[in-house]
Amino acid sequence: MSFAQNLQKVLRENIREYGMFIALFVIITFFAFTTKGIFISSRNMANLFNQTGYIAVLAVGMTLVIVIRHIDLSVGFLAGFLGALAALAMKSGVPAIVVIPIVLALGVVGGVITAIPVAELGVPSFVTSLAGFMIYRGAILLVTMGTGTIIITDPFFNAIGNGYIPDLPIKIIPGVHQVTLLLGLAAIGLFIWSELNDRKQKQAYNFEVLTQDMFVLKLVFVSILIGAVTWVLAGYNGLSWTVVIVLIVVAIYHFITTQTVLGRHIYAVGGNPEAAQLSGINVKRIFYIVFGSMGMLSGLSGILFASRLKSATTTAGTSWELDAIAAAYVGGVSAAGGVGKVTGSIIGALVMMSLNSGMNLMSIDISAQYIVRGVVLAGAVIFDVMTRRSGK
Amino acid sequence: MNTSVPNMTKSEAETSTPILEMRNITKTFPGVKALSNVTFQVAKGEIHSLCGENGAGKSTLMKVLSGVYPFGDYSGDIVFNGAVQKFKGISDSEEVGIAIIYQELALVPEMTVYENIFLGNEIKTNGFMVDWNETIKRASAALKKVKLDVNPATKIKDLGVGKQQLVEIAKALNKNVKVLILDEPTAALNEDDSKNLLNLMRDLRKNGITCIIISHKLKEVVEIADSVTILRDGQTVCTLSAKKGEVSEHDLIKHMVGREIDNIYPKRDRKGADEVVLEVRNWNAYDPNLGRNVLKNMNFNIKKGEIVGFAGLMGAGRTELAKSLFGNPDGYKITGEMLVKKQKANFTHPQHAIAAGLAYVSEDRKGNGLILIQDIKQNITLANLWEIANQMGVVNGNAEVKIANEYRTSINIKTPSVEQRVSNLSGGNQQKVSIAKWLFTKPSVLILDEPTRGIDVGAKFEIYTLMNKLIAQGMSIIMISSELPEVLGMSDRVYVVSEGRITGELPIEKATQENIMKLATS
Ligand SMILES: Nc1ncnc2c1ncn2[C@@H]1O[C@H](COP(=O)(O)OP(=O)(O)OP(=O)(O)O)[C@@H](O)[C@H]1O
Ligand SMILES: [Mg+2]
Repeated sequence: MSFAQNLQKVLRENIREYGMFIALFVIITFFAFTTKGIFISSRNMANLFNQTGYIAVLAVGMTLVIVIRHIDLSVGFLAGFLGALAALAMKSGVPAIVVIPIVLALGVVGGVITAIPVAELGVPSFVTSLAGFMIYRGAILLVTMGTGTIIITDPFFNAIGNGYIPDLPIKIIPGVHQVTLLLGLAAIGLFIWSELNDRKQKQAYNFEVLTQDMFVLKLVFVSILIGAVTWVLAGYNGLSWTVVIVLIVVAIYHFITTQTVLGRHIYAVGGNPEAAQLSGINVKRIFYIVFGSMGMLSGLSGILFASRLKSATTTAGTSWELDAIAAAYVGGVSAAGGVGKVTGSIIGALVMMSLNSGMNLMSIDISAQYIVRGVVLAGAVIFDVMTRRSGK
Repeated sequence: MNTSVPNMTKSEAETSTPILEMRNITKTFPGVKALSNVTFQVAKGEIHSLCGENGAGKSTLMKVLSGVYPFGDYSGDIVFNGAVQKFKGISDSEEVGIAIIYQELALVPEMTVYENIFLGNEIKTNGFMVDWNETIKRASAALKKVKLDVNPATKIKDLGVGKQQLVEIAKALNKNVKVLILDEPTAALNEDDSKNLLNLMRDLRKNGITCIIISHKLKEVVEIADSVTILRDGQTVCTLSAKKGEVSEHDLIKHMVGREIDNIYPKRDRKGADEVVLEVRNWNAYDPNLGRNVLKNMNFNIKKGEIVGFAGLMGAGRTELAKSLFGNPDGYKITGEMLVKKQKANFTHPQHAIAAGLAYVSEDRKGNGLILIQDIKQNITLANLWEIANQMGVVNGNAEVKIANEYRTSINIKTPSVEQRVSNLSGGNQQKVSIAKWLFTKPSVLILDEPTRGIDVGAKFEIYTLMNKLIAQGMSIIMISSELPEVLGMSDRVYVVSEGRITGELPIEKATQENIMKLATS
């Protein structure tokens, strides 16, 4: 078969997996033109990634919640509330290094509390988390009642949302962030090495693999992608701590969901709870783990946001849960349960935030922005459902 | 080429007016050619049976016929009433009078009988308001046609499967059908309900309705069919006339599997066993949802290396018994004592039962057994994932594929790859995946609940052979089955269950159909 035929075949068979990447690519190219390149400037890209952070971590947790056929509406205000608690604690002199783990732990507690009526009594999570939504919203107002906005002065804490990883002391290539470039190169190397390894193993088992030319194409394409992103970021301040944190979260969750027994059990519960139960899986335990992790990521989200603003505000958390849900759906999770990838949801979050950022740069009115985002959400899900039906 | 008349089968010669003809139908799925050049002819007003092994393509052929796979998705022609049909969907085929009833019933459990009968076909007054009085009146008439004596205001969920099946048929008849397709209608029915259904089909024949029935119960086929078409590996093998007992079960089997199977219950030495591996005493279970006792004072034991049959009518409480032993997932209130290998067992979750060496292959493979959206290998390993994971819980994906492939060969799961989604498998192959999943937990007591429901003869034989192999290795098997020949052919000992009680224990020498039926209805 010719190269073009091969390419067509691979694209057709994997249209769902690559569809999102293609959409993201189209959106970025579109804004690059309409904003005369400002959109893809190093500075804007760095900003875009940093702004996506707090929604991206929520989207990761929400993916799993939706996979097990549930929903968590409380995460936005829980995040806002936990951010405010962190600010208060630091104001009264508790060091950030102590505050952060406590906030994450409180997040777990919050998530587990949402899950208790769900797991023990079968109350719909829509209802328990809606109750959480109201309660945490009130709680934010309560803790910020005296002061309104709580200013955060802790430099370590504020670096999370505003700082960048340090560079080498000696400048070899001027004007770029060298450590970022090195990390980018390392990532490319790691990617190629793991792909080669995987291919070799698959061949040893006589499994179907991509044809040689398609495999090379994939390696080149992804390498260029990673290279381009690193190059753009290195042209500004390099990798921010936010991006580093999000990457670590995604890596951990991707690993857990695809490689571990726990991940399998989560998807089994989502696919058929009765069968999962009869297969010896403790379904309640899975509920607690998934909602607990959602709560922890809400805490992280609150920290990222408060740190970025260097303060906690009364409105923090407003409609974040909806942004996270939208990102997850754009990223391909299915409400019917058992289907969805955390990496997809990250791309979904990037799509939604790119739209935001690009339309802001084009000075499009906020009213039109909402409409566009709504259309994109609907379009993405329709595309997903249709390809799922016709394909495998 | 031989074109002389003797080459034609009798049915074709006798019945000159085919109401339906499918010509050279070919349908492929990614990696599978489900139908290749299938030809299928049905005469007007006959009962035509479609037989074949699991995965032979029966359901696919009927889905092509009813427009589930629309025109363009397959190649070949459908000729109905003398015209080539190009159905774009089920509504098109219903329009011309073809109705299909799937094995999985498509009724809404929370709705009443009359609402279900007219669902999607509501009787309206003023163009938009539902005329409930007229609906109920016509629903009663429809129920009379199928001889179902229930109040049309009963909710579907309160009816047994047999009656639900009849409601489905009433619904189809209501749409003025000419050809009624039934895909394994009796698979989940007990003997009485099956007889009822067959009688109903005879009535329909009298009224000029053509029926196509898919069934693995060959006895039924012989009894009711006017002609039989046999598919094998997606191809038509032959069409036989079966009007006056011209066809025997043996003939059908031969054509279906392409070889002779003399005794579908493979021989084995029945040696007495003595080591008790599972003992249950004074076992009672109260179902809080139903608000009544489902199991009453049961006492029995299972010995090492034996197959113990649990016979009885459908709904006698055998599935409830299995679940109550297997970690009680439905939350019954249980009293009594269970000993597994002489140890007192108190399972509160299936995981405890699995850990103690029990395995339960559910009768409801789609609802309780399999995760349909996942692939074969994931389903097979699900109940024993730790076996292929390291201490950190990281699953070894390659080992998984290897194990899945071992089961694929050893119990002959028909699929292009173990990465095939389970929802894409034929019913019988899904059942095999379900069994493989539980064999992989390496149980010492295997509970099989209706293990051969919806399975073809060849696969039945394979599963029976497998059962014999397993008990030879020291496993014990509890076989819950409503098929008496199967109970008699396979068991070492039989317990008969009726209305939540054990009404008798019979050694295999004393077990006969009559004995069992007497106990089952007592
Ligand atoms: N949606 C699908 N995608 C891929 N393969 C399919 C799909 N549906 C059916 N098949 C394959 O087509 C073949 C025929 O399946 P079909 O369901 O028609 O068999 P069947 O004769 O009805 O068997 P059974 O008696 O087990 O119900 C099988 O190999 C099956 O795996
Ligand atoms: Mg079938």
